[in-house]
Amino acid sequence: MKAAVIRFPGSNCDQDCHFVLREFGFATNYLWHKEASAAGYDLIVLPGGFSYGDYLRCGAIARFSPVMKSIIEQAARGVLVLGICNGFQILCESGLLPGALIRNRSLHFLCEHVRIRVENTANPFLCASEVGRVLRVPIAHGEGNYTADAETLRTLNAGDRVLVRYCDEAGRVAPRANPNGSAENIAGICNAQRNVFGLMPHPERACDSALLSTDGRAVFDSLLMTLGKSRAA
Amino acid sequence: MKAKVIVMPKQSILDPQGVAVREAMRHHGLPGVKSVRVGKVFEIELDGADDGKVDEICRDLLSNPVIEDYHIVPVEKLDIVGLNE
Repeated sequence: MKAAVIRFPGSNCDQDCHFVLREFGFATNYLWHKEASAAGYDLIVLPGGFSYGDYLRCGAIARFSPVMKSIIEQAARGVLVLGICNGFQILCESGLLPGALIRNRSLHFLCEHVRIRVENTANPFLCASEVGRVLRVPIAHGEGNYTADAETLRTLNAGDRVLVRYCDEAGRVAPRANPNGSAENIAGICNAQRNVFGLMPHPERACDSALLSTDGRAVFDSLLMTLGKSRAA
Repeated sequence: MKAKVIVMPKQSILDPQGVAVREAMRHHGLPGVKSVRVGKVFEIELDGADDGKVDEICRDLLSNPVIEDYHIVPVEKLDIVGLNE
């Protein structure tokens, strides 16, 4: 299983992603954003950070990096693409995922552990988890307020494409459990083909008990399960 | 060509910055302020005129059509809106 972690100028969670992927047995490479090709990987990770200093809008300039053209092609061929935090913002800017991430309702940069509820497991990113399971994972963002028009939200819901929502300890998706003002407490969504997943929380920062939570392993266990199966097939 | 591009959050999108600025303005002695929206202005100078390309770049790069609208103000109108400084 081969994974690529894309590095943009300003990425800062690339090493965390690389570390966790290696721990899970992925042959993992860094890929500089100026590379013309992202071909040959089973999984492409767009890590968190502040690509291009968040100038213009978060992810707006990274979207035009040379490597993104190839990532869009790979995504169309079914390669798994995971965008975390700034990676999610880049996926939305590039049109691989619908909607946009705007300034947090509070205007504050939020750096804390939150809870998210697994809404769907019929996808490569959460298939090892269970619907309704509550994961404790960190967030660290100033622009994580998911916004989309009513029709997009309807399409996402109808297609079971909201994969995780912010919730309270009991798993209730309530307004007060919404840290950033996201529409319908949305924390992460996938594309219609279910091979591109973007989320604001950081599962890679919740894979070691030294980091206070190992719930993020659900994502990487699922990726292992998915890619292990496809390899065996 | 000289132009300014104004990018504003769509009316349908809640603008958290605008809300915060509105509250600050109320606290600064302007209780009647109803609404504030915060956008961006780009000053552009380029050789030649390629309105089609400028429009495309406004749509693809300078704004995100999901959340923002843009308006290109050409140089001949800059004086009217007092932007030609």
